[in-house]
Amino acid sequence: MSVGTTVTSDQQLVRLLQIGVVLEEVVEARAAYHYRSLSDEEREALDERIVELLDHAAEESAEHRARLERLIDALDAESVAFEEIETLVRGHYGQTKPEDFDGILYDQLHGEETAYKFYDDLITAIEESDAQFSVDRDRLLSVLRDIREEEREGAQEVADIMEERE
Amino acid sequence: MVAVNTADQYLKAIYLIQRVENGPAATGALADSLDVSPASANEMIGKLQERELVDHEKYKGVSLTDEGIVRAREGLQTYCIIERFLANVLEVEEFRAEARELEAVIDETVAERLDTIIEREPQCPDCFDPEADVCALIDLEIEELAD
Repeated sequence: MSVGTTVTSDQQLVRLLQIGVVLEEVVEARAAYHYRSLSDEEREALDERIVELLDHAAEESAEHRARLERLIDALDAESVAFEEIETLVRGHYGQTKPEDFDGILYDQLHGEETAYKFYDDLITAIEESDAQFSVDRDRLLSVLRDIREEEREGAQEVADIMEERE
Repeated sequence: MVAVNTADQYLKAIYLIQRVENGPAATGALADSLDVSPASANEMIGKLQERELVDHEKYKGVSLTDEGIVRAREGLQTYCIIERFLANVLEVEEFRAEARELEAVIDETVAERLDTIIEREPQCPDCFDPEADVCALIDLEIEELAD
């Protein structure tokens, strides 16, 4: 992200948090879809750690989403119903499928890394801003930093499994 | 939102002005389109020139180099994704204004992820209408949504 970019209003912050919600939903939907799309034989052949990883990714994304939604609710800005976004994202992810287990892992890694980058940029933009938001700034930054750390750990976990498989 | 413009926003603006003018972008026109002072525009043009992204010819204006064109088109594509995402997914009425505000905070890898859930036309970003500051094909979808 370029230097000098800041978040200056509740409305802008809400939009960015909504983008976070969508990114989390994408990770969650893809993890769930990838697992469901496997045949029984493929599931049996699947490394136990990948199953755990997909489970954990879906659970963690749902939790991140809930935390972001609590922040959005606390902000004084117009929002949209999340159910519609959920339907849309899930609709799109019913159409694509990675080619193999490595494809699933790569996709998961990309999702976690993208989310990490997003939160990192968002945190920097908030830190550089002197705007007053209608949600406590310390609480906001603390939630986002926690989520960013979990995305970093998530990406590391996937990268470790990928390295072992090589 | 403070009028802070990043290098990518400059490149995108130069690209669009060049497309309309079919020639170099005048510094004044660039400053106007980004709502910055001519001095700020000149300062950024100098930086872009050092990075070999633009050529600047006195009294004529500024032109993108080949690398500058690639960067500008990537930036424009990211912008189109943000506009479409706001308009079609979040159903934001003021999506043009909000896209301008969010543009500098959304990285292109994040935009690529958002791109997977929007219906973007294959000709993007050539479908972008510089005068309307919006994808020329986007309104149709909003009308469809309203039906």
